Amino acid sequence: MSRYFGRKLLVYSLTFFLAVTIDWMIPRFMPGDPVQTMLSRGMLHAEGLEVMYGYYTKAFGLDVPVWKQYLNFWNALFHGDFGTSVYLFPQPVIKVIMRAVPYDILLLLPAILLSWFAGNKFGALAARSRWLDNTVSPLGYILTATPYMWLGILLSWVFAIVLDIFPIAGAYSFAMTPHLSWAFVGSVLKHWFLPFVSLFLVKFGGWAIGMRNMIIYELEADYSHYLEALGAPRRLVRKYAFRNAILPQITGLSLDLGVIVAGALVTEVVFSYPGIGYLILQAIQNQDYFLIQGCFLFIIMGVLLANFAIDIAYVIVDPRTRLGMVGEGA
Amino acid sequence: MKKQKKHEILYFALRNNKVRFGFTIILFFLLLTFVGPLLTHYAPYDYVNPKGAQPPSAKHWFGTTMFGQDVFTQFVHGLRATFLVGAIGGALGTFIGIVIGFTAGYRGGIIDEILNMITNIVLVIPTLAILLIIAAYLTVRGILVESLFIGCTAWPWAARAIRAQTFSLRARDFVDLARLSGMKDWRIIFSEIAPNMMSYLLLVFILQFGGAILIAATLDFIGLGPTNAVSLGLMMNNAVLWGALLLGVWWWFIPPGLAITAIVGALYVTNVGLDEVFNPKLREM
Repeated sequence: MSRYFGRKLLVYSLTFFLAVTIDWMIPRFMPGDPVQTMLSRGMLHAEGLEVMYGYYTKAFGLDVPVWKQYLNFWNALFHGDFGTSVYLFPQPVIKVIMRAVPYDILLLLPAILLSWFAGNKFGALAARSRWLDNTVSPLGYILTATPYMWLGILLSWVFAIVLDIFPIAGAYSFAMTPHLSWAFVGSVLKHWFLPFVSLFLVKFGGWAIGMRNMIIYELEADYSHYLEALGAPRRLVRKYAFRNAILPQITGLSLDLGVIVAGALVTEVVFSYPGIGYLILQAIQNQDYFLIQGCFLFIIMGVLLANFAIDIAYVIVDPRTRLGMVGEGA
Repeated sequence: MKKQKKHEILYFALRNNKVRFGFTIILFFLLLTFVGPLLTHYAPYDYVNPKGAQPPSAKHWFGTTMFGQDVFTQFVHGLRATFLVGAIGGALGTFIGIVIGFTAGYRGGIIDEILNMITNIVLVIPTLAILLIIAAYLTVRGILVESLFIGCTAWPWAARAIRAQTFSLRARDFVDLARLSGMKDWRIIFSEIAPNMMSYLLLVFILQFGGAILIAATLDFIGLGPTNAVSLGLMMNNAVLWGALLLGVWWWFIPPGLAITAIVGALYVTNVGLDEVFNPKLREM
């Protein structure tokens, strides 16, 4: 088990190291002067330009040797210093991001977990009933092929514009300020529902198909036939098949996190939901590079943490990893 | 003997409903990319309708945008971008996956460990985040550059899958025999192992194709798509940006998303169908 976690931690720390390096490298080694490009696009006064140029040259630390710039970057990172946002000047990037993170958690955690559970459940059911298979499978293929933003656009058009049941944008009613009351919670939930459903549906299709195929594969495996030959009840065989089929689905969940995050970004853009995705859109439109880089690091950290959580779950579900035998995900 | 086998696969492929269904849809859209531009006499960003957004009519089949641009023209040109990104990005992703997968799976040992580590790292990093930060710093972006980036970041799972397959083939007798006869490593890979995985590689390519299309749509939608061309994702981006939702200009945002869904869905279904064709065990007779 320590070997399993050791390998995982090595991969994650290398990934983090690489990500930070990329984050540091890209603005410095891309063609052109990022400071100049950034400032020429921003609408600033002449004197403001001067100040900003000085600030950015210092912030990028372009006046010291390259190796020192790199070390400084890490140093700043460990002090939680992600730079200052241009678009929301003079707020520090970390503060801007921290304001957005709760909405991401509110949106992503339920969408990921519920779609995973529901998809696995329906996929497993579809594998044993012809009727369900003929409805869930085609639907699953259509849903996984749907681009996240398009489903979001459709849902918001139908439910927010045509039927006018749900609000079209924001995380809570514009007439309210965040406070703890039933009305406010209700408003948050109402704004949360459509983005959640649109994320949920796309992912649901993928999990259902994956589970259906895995169960069919497991039911063809030798141990299933052997159990059947012994006269074990069908339910028991299915149960064993399910427990084996769930393992690749757990690995799949960790492999898919990046895609889900990408989906969440565009979904937030569609619904103007103030999470990191929406923030990134605004950062891009306003050429706010510090904010983009900060969001990038935050996404990487989130994905790494989630991966680690999934690894722990894997150990709990698959006893083989606990006994030191190398499991699927190692 | 070999020819007969090819015929057999073609026979089963043509009789497989999933393959037929998926192929028809893909062929339809592919045809539209070639014929479509001939059917319109506008350029994608020409202002052709002074009245602004108007629903589909005989003159403008898919209606016009808020700026009076012809949606159908944008649509068929965007389709071309979609297929290009899918083909180039998918091919590159598959190629890198093949090189790394074969090397890691055939060599094993320390090389396998290192390549596996690299694969896992790229696998964990959210691809879009990387693309996002690169694209944000590029001032001029074309479809080609976009597909190259997508291909360079989408290969890990292909490499993993191919590595696993190579691993199992490597231990077979005929590979041992080839090795005993003193064949060079790369010849063993290409003449002994690869032919046994051809069908598998084709399936990997199809999935990479579909994946590249979806990634490109996402990038385009956040405004990091090609700066000098039209694409389906860009159309949706513009539609949302200019309030097509609020104003109910549905003909602007429905066609691009529908086309992407149809193409990617058709690719997935073809993939499953071909899997049945190549694996007799899965065939429903």
